Amino acid sequence: MCSRQLYFVQNQPAPARSELMLKSRGKKVEQLSGGEMLIRALHDEGVEIIFGYPGGAVLHIYDAIFNQDKIQHILVRHEQAATHAADGYARSSGKPGVVLVTSGPGATNAITGIATAYMDSIPMVVISGQVDSRMIGSDGFQETDMVGISRPIVKHSFMAKHPAEIPLLVKKAFHIATTGRPGPVVIDIPKDVTDPKIKLPYSYPKNIKLRSYSIPGKGHSGQIKKAVDALLSAKRPMIYAGGGVIQGSGSELLTKLTRQLGFPITNTLMGLGAYPSSDKQFLGMLGMHGTYEANMAMHYCDVLLGIGVRFDDRVTNSDVTKFCPDATILHVDIDPASISKTVAADVPIVGSVVSVLEEMLDLVAKAKAKVDKKAIGVWWKQIEQWREKDSLAVAPSENDVIKPQQVIKAIHKITKGDAFVSSDVGQHQMFAAQYYGFDKPRRWINSGGLGTMGFGFPAAMGVQFAHPKAVSVCVTGEGSIQMCLQELATCMQYQLPIKIICLNNQALGMVKQWQDMQYGGRHSHSTYAESLPDFVKLVEAYGHVGIKIEKFSDLESGLKKAFALKDRLVFVDVMVDPEEHVYPMAVKGGAMKDMILSKTERT
Amino acid sequence: MRHIISVLMENEPGALSRVVGLFSQRNYNIDSLTVAPTEDHSLSRLTLTTSGDDRRIEQITKHLNKLVDVVKLVDLTEGAHIERELMLIKVKAVGPQRAEVKRTVDIFRGQIVDLTSSVYTIQLTGTSDKLDAFITALGDNVVMEVARTGVSGISRGEKVLSL
Repeated sequence: MCSRQLYFVQNQPAPARSELMLKSRGKKVEQLSGGEMLIRALHDEGVEIIFGYPGGAVLHIYDAIFNQDKIQHILVRHEQAATHAADGYARSSGKPGVVLVTSGPGATNAITGIATAYMDSIPMVVISGQVDSRMIGSDGFQETDMVGISRPIVKHSFMAKHPAEIPLLVKKAFHIATTGRPGPVVIDIPKDVTDPKIKLPYSYPKNIKLRSYSIPGKGHSGQIKKAVDALLSAKRPMIYAGGGVIQGSGSELLTKLTRQLGFPITNTLMGLGAYPSSDKQFLGMLGMHGTYEANMAMHYCDVLLGIGVRFDDRVTNSDVTKFCPDATILHVDIDPASISKTVAADVPIVGSVVSVLEEMLDLVAKAKAKVDKKAIGVWWKQIEQWREKDSLAVAPSENDVIKPQQVIKAIHKITKGDAFVSSDVGQHQMFAAQYYGFDKPRRWINSGGLGTMGFGFPAAMGVQFAHPKAVSVCVTGEGSIQMCLQELATCMQYQLPIKIICLNNQALGMVKQWQDMQYGGRHSHSTYAESLPDFVKLVEAYGHVGIKIEKFSDLESGLKKAFALKDRLVFVDVMVDPEEHVYPMAVKGGAMKDMILSKTERT
Repeated sequence: MRHIISVLMENEPGALSRVVGLFSQRNYNIDSLTVAPTEDHSLSRLTLTTSGDDRRIEQITKHLNKLVDVVKLVDLTEGAHIERELMLIKVKAVGPQRAEVKRTVDIFRGQIVDLTSSVYTIQLTGTSDKLDAFITALGDNVVMEVARTGVSGISRGEKVLSL
C-alpha cells in the first residue's frame, strides 16, 4: 500500500523522525500537522475503516491518509453512500461508523445519510472539510455552512479552530456519538487547520469529561420495582421491544426475561432480531404492517412493557388516544425525551436497557409474587386464536408468477436465516421484515425512521466490510436501487461479494399501493415499466454477475446459483407480481386492532 | 401556560443557534429571549419565555437538557421567582401631552433618560405585564419606538442556578 510511514512506526528509527520529536516534560512528544493529528487520533480511538470521498478542502487530510497504513479508507462513488456504508458498518458491528467528505457539495451530499443515522440513533462521526478559516462567510468556492445545515440532524457538532484542538475534538466526538442514545456527530475542519506545514505536539486524551453532557446509567430502582410488580400482576401482558435493545446490546437479557416471564413479545421494525423470531413467544413485528396477532395483543393487553422503543407513529397509528386503551404502560429508554413524548408512560424508567433488564431479572427471581400462570394461559389461548388467522400466509403461485414474499422466504431458506440483510425502503422492505425471520440482533439493517431509499446497497457494503466472511444481502426494489447504483463500482474496486436481490415490480410499489387504496388507483408518477434498464447488462458493465428470474419455478434454483458465487457480487433481478400489496396494513386513524388483512378482508 | 426557562450553557459559538434551532425544529414557540455571559465567562445564561401545556413544557426542558451545550436549566415559573424586563420607549412629548406623559412615567416608576423638545425617551423595568400596561396607559398616538430586552429572571430565596 503506502511506502512511507511517517508516524505510526513507533520503534523504528527513521532519519526524519528525530526532527519530529521534541522533549517535553521528559517525554518525547510527536510533532504532527492537523491532518496527521486527525488520522492519528482516529487510529488512537480504535477506528479501522473510514468511508469517504476526497476534494479540495480535505486534500491535506488525504495526504495524511496516504502516509499511513493503519486506517483503511474506502473510496465510495457518492458521499451519500459513504454515510450509509458507515451506517451499515455501525449497525452490524456496534462500532461507530466514520465518514470523511469534502466541503460544500461533499458535505451536503452526506446530509441524507446523517439524517438517516440520526433518526435511527446510529453512532457515526462525520468529518467534513471546510474552506480556509479566513474565507468562511465569504461564499468561497465549495463553501457551505455544514455546522448550520447539519444542526437539526446531529447529536452534536464541532468546528475545529486550531490544529491543537483536533485530538480533543475527536475524543469528544466519539464519546458523544457512542454513549447514551447514540447519534451522528459532525466535525467540520477548515483547510488551514490541517496545513501540513504547521506541526504541533500530539497527544491523545485518555479520558474525557464534559460538564454539560451526562449519560443516563442505571434506572431508578423504585421505578423498576414498580414495573416488575406491574408485570407480575399482569393478566394480559405484552412486551414491545425496539431498536434501543439492539443498540444497547440488551438482546440476551431481554430474551432471558421474556422467557422467564413466559410473556408474548413483539419487535418493532428497528428491533427485529432483539428477540429470536423463530421462538414461540414471538408474535412477529407490530405496527403499520405488523402481524394480526402482534397488533391485537398490543391493543388488548393490560400491562405493556415498552423497552428501547419510542412509540413511533408507524406503531401507534396516528391517533394515540386509541393506543392500548386498557394498558398500564411501562417505558424503559435511555433518552428521557423519548419517554411520554407521544404516549404518556405510567411507569417511566430512564436508563440503559442492560442495567434495567439486569435489575428486572434480579427482582423477578427474588419476588414472592409469581406470574399469574392461569391468567397468562388464558391470554395465550386468545393469542393462539389470533395466530390461527395466519396473517402472513402467502397464496400459492398461479401461472408461475413470483410473489415477492416467496422471494424473501427463499432467501431465508438458502441463507439458513443467518445472513445480514440490508434493505432499501418500500414494499420490499416490509416483505423482508415480515418474512425473513431474524433470530439474532444486528442482522437486519434498514432505514426505519427516515425511510431513505438508496440506503440498502451502500449499507450492505458497510456490513460486508464489518463482516468480510458473512453473507451480506441487499433486498431492494428497482426504484430504490437506482438511488445509489453508482456503488457497483465501489464493490468492484474492493471485491465485495454482496448479493443484491431486486424485487422488481416495475413500479414504486408502496406509493402505488397507497394510490390503489386511497387515491382510486390513480398511479400518479409511480410507474416507469417502459424505461427500466436491463439490470443484468448494467451490472455486467460494472464487471459483476447479473441473473434475471421471471418464473416461480426458477426462483429457488436462480437464487441458489447467485448465492453459490461466493466471491462475486451478484445482482438478481426478480420479476415479481406487480399487483401485490403489503398486508396486514393498519387502518388510517384507527386503533392497533384495526387492520386491512388482504384486498378483500379487514378486521 | 406561560413559562420562564433559564438555561446555563457553554459560552461557545453555535450554542445559541442550537437552542433557537431546537424551538423551530420541534415547533415550540419562543415569546422572548435574552442571553449574556455570566460571572463565569465560560458560561452564558439564556432566559426564554414560552407557553404550552405541562406535557409540552416537559418535552421542551427534556430536549434542552439533551443539547450538549446546555449545562443546566430551571423552569423559574415552577417556584417563587423574580422576573424583570427592561424597556426603552420613545414617545411624543409636546404641548399638554408632555406633562401627561411625565405623570404616567412617575406613576409607573420609570425614568426619562433622554429628551428633546418634542420627545421623551423613557426607561422602565418590571414584569412584562407592567411594561404592557405602561404602553396601554400612554395610548397609541404617542408611542414612536419600543425596545424591550425580553424577560430575565431568578429564583427567590436561596435556590440558585449554578454549577
